[in-house]
Amino acid sequence: MADKAETGGLVFHPMDQFIIQPIFGGDVTWYTPTNAALWMGLSIVAIILLLVVGSSKRGIVPTRSQSIAELAYGFVYKMVEDICGKEGLKFFPYIMTLFMFIVCANFLGLIPTSFTPTSHFAVTVVLALAVFITVTVVGFVKNGAAFLGLFWVSSAPLPLRPVLAIIEVISYFVRPVSHSIRLAGNVMAGHAVIKVFAGFAAIAAVSPVAVLGITAMYGLEVLVSFIQAYVFTILTCVYLKDALHPHH
Amino acid sequence: MATETLGADAAAAAPGMPQLDFSTWGNQIFWLIVTLVVIYMVLSRVALPRIAGILAERQGTITNDIAAAEDLKVKAQEAEAAYDKALLDARTEAHRIVAEAKAEIQSDLDAAIAKADAEIAAKAAESEKAIADIRAGAAVAIEEVAKDTAKEIVAAMGGSADAASITAAVDARLKG
Repeated sequence: MADKAETGGLVFHPMDQFIIQPIFGGDVTWYTPTNAALWMGLSIVAIILLLVVGSSKRGIVPTRSQSIAELAYGFVYKMVEDICGKEGLKFFPYIMTLFMFIVCANFLGLIPTSFTPTSHFAVTVVLALAVFITVTVVGFVKNGAAFLGLFWVSSAPLPLRPVLAIIEVISYFVRPVSHSIRLAGNVMAGHAVIKVFAGFAAIAAVSPVAVLGITAMYGLEVLVSFIQAYVFTILTCVYLKDALHPHH
Repeated sequence: MATETLGADAAAAAPGMPQLDFSTWGNQIFWLIVTLVVIYMVLSRVALPRIAGILAERQGTITNDIAAAEDLKVKAQEAEAAYDKALLDARTEAHRIVAEAKAEIQSDLDAAIAKADAEIAAKAAESEKAIADIRAGAAVAIEEVAKDTAKEIVAAMGGSADAASITAAVDARLKG
């Protein structure tokens, strides 16, 4: 607000919240502790508080935090079991890691002035590529060349199959792109829109509308934070199902 | 708000989307991998086995409790059946005792009545015998008196008659 008063006009910097800042100054090299590193670390802390400290009493009748931990466990466990079947449960810790990281990073990112690691393509691309590589490797290891049957739609008429195969291959390789951009795009867009509303709040005449807008967007973002984590996780399960059972 | 105060100089340094500033990707990817490895370790070593244990334990407890409840229910039903049976037994026993007592009293009563009847019969027989004796005694006495009287009358009338003929005459008369 201070610099707006000085420049005397509307200044929008909706993307500034995403800038990577070194915490202790200096240049950003690969190991520099940055705000991204800090908030990723805080998401680890949140996960430990919820799942480890929360369940430390091992109560038959759960406490509040233990019941949230059990809820998260049951939610992801059931998702993996329903979509991938029993064989998919080997990957449950991996999928749980993805889900817990995304959901905690998203929710921590909703704290005003915080930083959201999942709004960066660098993060979501790595997450999505990890899933893509896992799925591809698991698919070939489990099924061998039969994994290529995923691209050969045997239920379609024979002349159509080569065309469909090309489409299937393209869609397979587009998966990590859509998978990563969906998450980062949703989170980034929401945060940017809130920031734009915040910029308008500097004008007295529209500030009530702007504040209402911030509130509404914030509510929506709470929803989006969870839904995007859920979508990312469920898509991971769906892709993994393809690797485990490649036949449609 | 903090980003805005920082924003003025930082925005100049990084125009456009900070997401596309590839100079920071290495840093983010490094920290992301560290984060994911730490979370994976914590989850797979500590959190998930523990929560799975808690859930299994709870399931076990619930199953055991339900089984125990069913056991207790069966026991309660058994106890009820036993109680009913005991009640029935007691009732039949009571009936039996009552019937026995009744029969005993009846037999005692019958015996007493029979004894009394026998006594009465004995007494009656005795009395009859006494009466018969008295009657017989009376008949003998009458005969005696009649003979004596007849002898005296014969003597008084001046007749002499021996005792034997008089006796025979009286006997004949008495019979006739």
